[in-house]
Amino acid sequence: MEKKIGVYLCTGCGIGDALDVAALAKVATGEHKVPVCRQHGFLCGEEGRKLIEDDLQQGVNTMVIAACSPRVMTDVFDFGADKVLERVNLREQVVWSHPAGDEDTQMMAEDYLRMGLTKAKEMEPPVPFQGENLSKRILVVGGGLTGLTAAKEAAGAGYDVVLVEKSDTLGGYVKNVHSVPPLGPPYEEPQSFDVEALVSAVTGSDKIKVYTGAQIQKIAGAPCMFDVTIQSNGSSVSERVGAVVLATGSVPYDAEKLAHLGYGSHADVVTADRLEAMLKEGRVVRPSNGQPAKSVAFVLCAGSRDPEHLPYCSAACCVESLKQAKVLKQQNPDMPVYIFYKDMRATGNYELFYKQVQKDGVVFVRGSVTAVEDDGSGALTVAAEDVLTRAPIVSESVDLVVLATGMVSTASLGKPYKAQQPKEGEEELEVPADTILVSNLLNLEYRQGPEVPALKYGFPDSHFICFPYESRRTGIYPAGTVRAPMDYARAMDDATGAALKAIQCVEMTSQGKAVHPRAGDLSYPEFFMQRCTQCKRCTEECPFGAINEDEKANPLPNPTRCRRCGVCMGACPERIISFKNYSVGMIGNVIKTIEVPEEDEEKPRIVVLACENDAYPALDMVGIRRAQYNPWVRVIPVRCLGSMNLVWIADALSKGIDGILLLGCKHGDDYQCHFVKGSELANIRMSKIKETLDRLVLESDRVRFEQVSITDYGRLPQILDDFAATLENVGPNPYKGF
Amino acid sequence: MSDVTNGHRSILVVGGGMSGLSAALEAAEAGLPVYIVEKEPYLGGRVARMNKYFPKLCPPSCGLEINFRRIKNNPLVRFFTMAEVTKISGVPGDFDVTVKLAPRYVNEKCTGCGVCAEAAETEISNPFDYGLSKVKAAYLPHEFAFPMRYVLAPQVIGTAEAEKIRAACPYGAVDLDMQEKTFDLKVGAVVWATGWKPYDASKIAYYGAGRFQNVISNVVMERLASFNGPTQGRIVRPSDGAAVQKVAFVQCAGSRDENHLPYCSGICCLASLKQATYVLDQNPEASVTIFYIDIRALGKYEDFYAKVQKDARVRFVKGKAGEISENAETGQVTVQVEDQETGSILREGFDLVVLATGMVPSTADDKVPAEVTYDENGFLLPAQPSAGIVPAGCVKRPVDVASSVQDATAAALKAIQAMVRR
Repeated sequence: MEKKIGVYLCTGCGIGDALDVAALAKVATGEHKVPVCRQHGFLCGEEGRKLIEDDLQQGVNTMVIAACSPRVMTDVFDFGADKVLERVNLREQVVWSHPAGDEDTQMMAEDYLRMGLTKAKEMEPPVPFQGENLSKRILVVGGGLTGLTAAKEAAGAGYDVVLVEKSDTLGGYVKNVHSVPPLGPPYEEPQSFDVEALVSAVTGSDKIKVYTGAQIQKIAGAPCMFDVTIQSNGSSVSERVGAVVLATGSVPYDAEKLAHLGYGSHADVVTADRLEAMLKEGRVVRPSNGQPAKSVAFVLCAGSRDPEHLPYCSAACCVESLKQAKVLKQQNPDMPVYIFYKDMRATGNYELFYKQVQKDGVVFVRGSVTAVEDDGSGALTVAAEDVLTRAPIVSESVDLVVLATGMVSTASLGKPYKAQQPKEGEEELEVPADTILVSNLLNLEYRQGPEVPALKYGFPDSHFICFPYESRRTGIYPAGTVRAPMDYARAMDDATGAALKAIQCVEMTSQGKAVHPRAGDLSYPEFFMQRCTQCKRCTEECPFGAINEDEKANPLPNPTRCRRCGVCMGACPERIISFKNYSVGMIGNVIKTIEVPEEDEEKPRIVVLACENDAYPALDMVGIRRAQYNPWVRVIPVRCLGSMNLVWIADALSKGIDGILLLGCKHGDDYQCHFVKGSELANIRMSKIKETLDRLVLESDRVRFEQVSITDYGRLPQILDDFAATLENVGPNPYKGF
Repeated sequence: MSDVTNGHRSILVVGGGMSGLSAALEAAEAGLPVYIVEKEPYLGGRVARMNKYFPKLCPPSCGLEINFRRIKNNPLVRFFTMAEVTKISGVPGDFDVTVKLAPRYVNEKCTGCGVCAEAAETEISNPFDYGLSKVKAAYLPHEFAFPMRYVLAPQVIGTAEAEKIRAACPYGAVDLDMQEKTFDLKVGAVVWATGWKPYDASKIAYYGAGRFQNVISNVVMERLASFNGPTQGRIVRPSDGAAVQKVAFVQCAGSRDENHLPYCSGICCLASLKQATYVLDQNPEASVTIFYIDIRALGKYEDFYAKVQKDARVRFVKGKAGEISENAETGQVTVQVEDQETGSILREGFDLVVLATGMVPSTADDKVPAEVTYDENGFLLPAQPSAGIVPAGCVKRPVDVASSVQDATAAALKAIQAMVRR
């Protein structure tokens, strides 16, 4: 694009009072020879905006607006995606956080303008990626409650669906249940659930193509271009789809492992699903003799909340057992029914159901069950330990003991995928590994492994509280009990939500837009392959598995899998990965444009690479509170700290910058990085910088990494000041002036 | 979305908290135009006032920042603050909605510079801090407020001070003549996501909330622990500002109680476990006692419970607190409880007692101005008479943040479907 740059300096909000604006304008018109440079005291007002719009009529297509933070006034300063816009943050990060009329404050403002100008010159408007034969169909894997719901809901919004179910019939677990816990007021009675109606809604829809007795043999490609090979009744078919809902559900925990609860040794110790089947048949009997069971004890947390078995709570078993107990009482109000529990987890309105079941005379015993034994007469006793006092409790003799076994995600049923070992002579890369379990659900043709990466306990869940559908594979949305333990009602909601996420993915992707968290971003990484050395860093480090590999080990990017974080760009030692509006060279030049005073001026310079999602807003907050911080810093926002390329550090140091501070999100188990491991990767890369520093004969203290969250603005000034103090001790960078 | 051709394609989302924001953004990113109507002068709702989320202990502003950016980047999303929906009529695909805008007395020319606040003298009780602090009568609702626009408190309107504030603004942004106004929107579907309110703990007379200064609710605890709160994040006794050594959490304060809220509020157990970590992180010497009936830490939240349980400084006492009394001289508050472990009556003094008050759906008091159905406690039923009016989040059932977002995403699809069906 032939650029005509306009620089617009706002002098409002204290900027004009704190800075020598004429001198600032000279940076634009003098140093950078910008043809149009204007000032206004209220740039975001009607007149200010008109000033810019008039220039657009005169051919200005690249605007550098030096005013408030890019986080505010975004609607006012939106001139269309075909223009290049760079915002220079003179308000929050210069005049609101540094003394007015001060030489250092002025130098800071001038540097920021230089940096903005450099960036604007190098940015191009993004051209969206357009794939071929794009599909907006949704693949739903699993034909149980969640899968059927997802299929029906997606079709109900007008989308075509392909549903793949492993067994010969649809319905899954819910097909065999007698009833479900109450779904509406007064929350006192179990309800029947019309699974047949749901199945017919799916099989009767002309928008849904159903494969039963079918498995996913392979999924190749990327969002809107997934090619799915389905094996069905001995033959193989191929379907192109746009996004995937993974709804393969869970299985009950293997009761064979619960010998301590009498399973296996006593025929009358059964699992909850066995009881459910008997309830459905209408005959609850003792398996030992086929006689009707006259008394029943439930053992909750059979496997769950047990470090030896399932450390997590299976979330649905308390209420499911209440339901079964209630059904037994409905059939025979005089039947003695006991429930052994640790905590009765009947949340929300299920509490009303719990109350009702208590009223019905079910006896609740709070204790950890230690043994289930034969009482000598062929009946069973349950021995427990009071949860609090450890006092022993032994139940009355009962005919049947029901183990409320927990839920095990089908995604957790598989061995860890063994990543490709480095070939001889290849350097092994230190990258935090994803847990990928070969569970034979999706069989993704992804270099990083065949399934969606799992979080703790094998659930392919989201790590984000605010964004519960964020799996680590773009366009693949796990829903229902495959992703977390949950009850029927919640699984149906979850299925509906996942269906919308899948729809959203195909809508955004078909327009070349990124999905969450950079939703709508039209840029995407482009690879200059001639210079690729097949080092594999980009493929290994991409948190979303977006990059495959060809047989010659060249990276094969899949732009529609990409979330535009730039981790690949940060990883690439050859600097061959660039976005139209974000590149290694661009940020490198931004760094090089910072003016480095001579050593005797005693004005050190610090480059701060700040995560734009958290650290950068936190720095704005420092300004909003009018707190002050060190004026030597020059902040450069980055898409994710994982996009930090080590060459920037070398660039900065060889230019005489005294120190580099990286501000990234918290990493580790409770990571806060929106791109999963960007901040962690940056930290790993930085730990390897020593080599570069040694080569330059520089001290390692010059580079520091700090984890900050968006609310750390109280401690940010201190962090910056401490680093500045460290650098004063280290002394000036000897490369100044070279 | 090519199938949506008839009628109005826009979705109205009422409530700009976590559920409303999520419903609006998820629909907009699927290609539908949306309007958000929010009663407060800022978006973000209840979570904006929280310090951290369980179990990750991460700040809510982090996710809100991303959501606000999604709004800024998406021309399909429009929002109104200080706005309420007063009337809804029509059918799915063709609703007429009346929106009432309260006067902010500050218009869109506001740059957020804060000169008005400097000019103001009157201080008002800060609603963001539940009245625990004061703000100037011209104020930014909070530091992260989106939109970043000041508000003028109605209290000063008509005074000389208001004139002074108006004159101080260099941008002509203060408009003292601003009146309440109403306007109409035509939309195809409505998502109702007005969230929840904390149960008024003063209704539980024997706990002394409102009478004893050192008995606070869990939402107030969030403000005390927040850096942008009334104490800059220091957890202190409201009576004298002293640091706390011994803190008690009283679970089910209102919830699971037929005289108050018969249902379980679902989140208070985890909230108290989380707040116990606030206390102990600030003061490693402190001790925490949690009085509970059942600890309801579902799913993987069990890990967080297990972690807190392992901390020797946290004691769990099974028993519902009976009465709380105060030593008026020292401010010490004593909790009386029947310890189910020993069967004996326990009386113990604390520096601070936190009542784990439950969630009341906003719809218990502020009804939807349309024909909808509620349960006895004011929650909207999942299935409504009109397919075009869809409840989302805590107006439907008491849930945590992740579940609200999940539910709101589902609600967005239901709203889209209501328009497709036409």
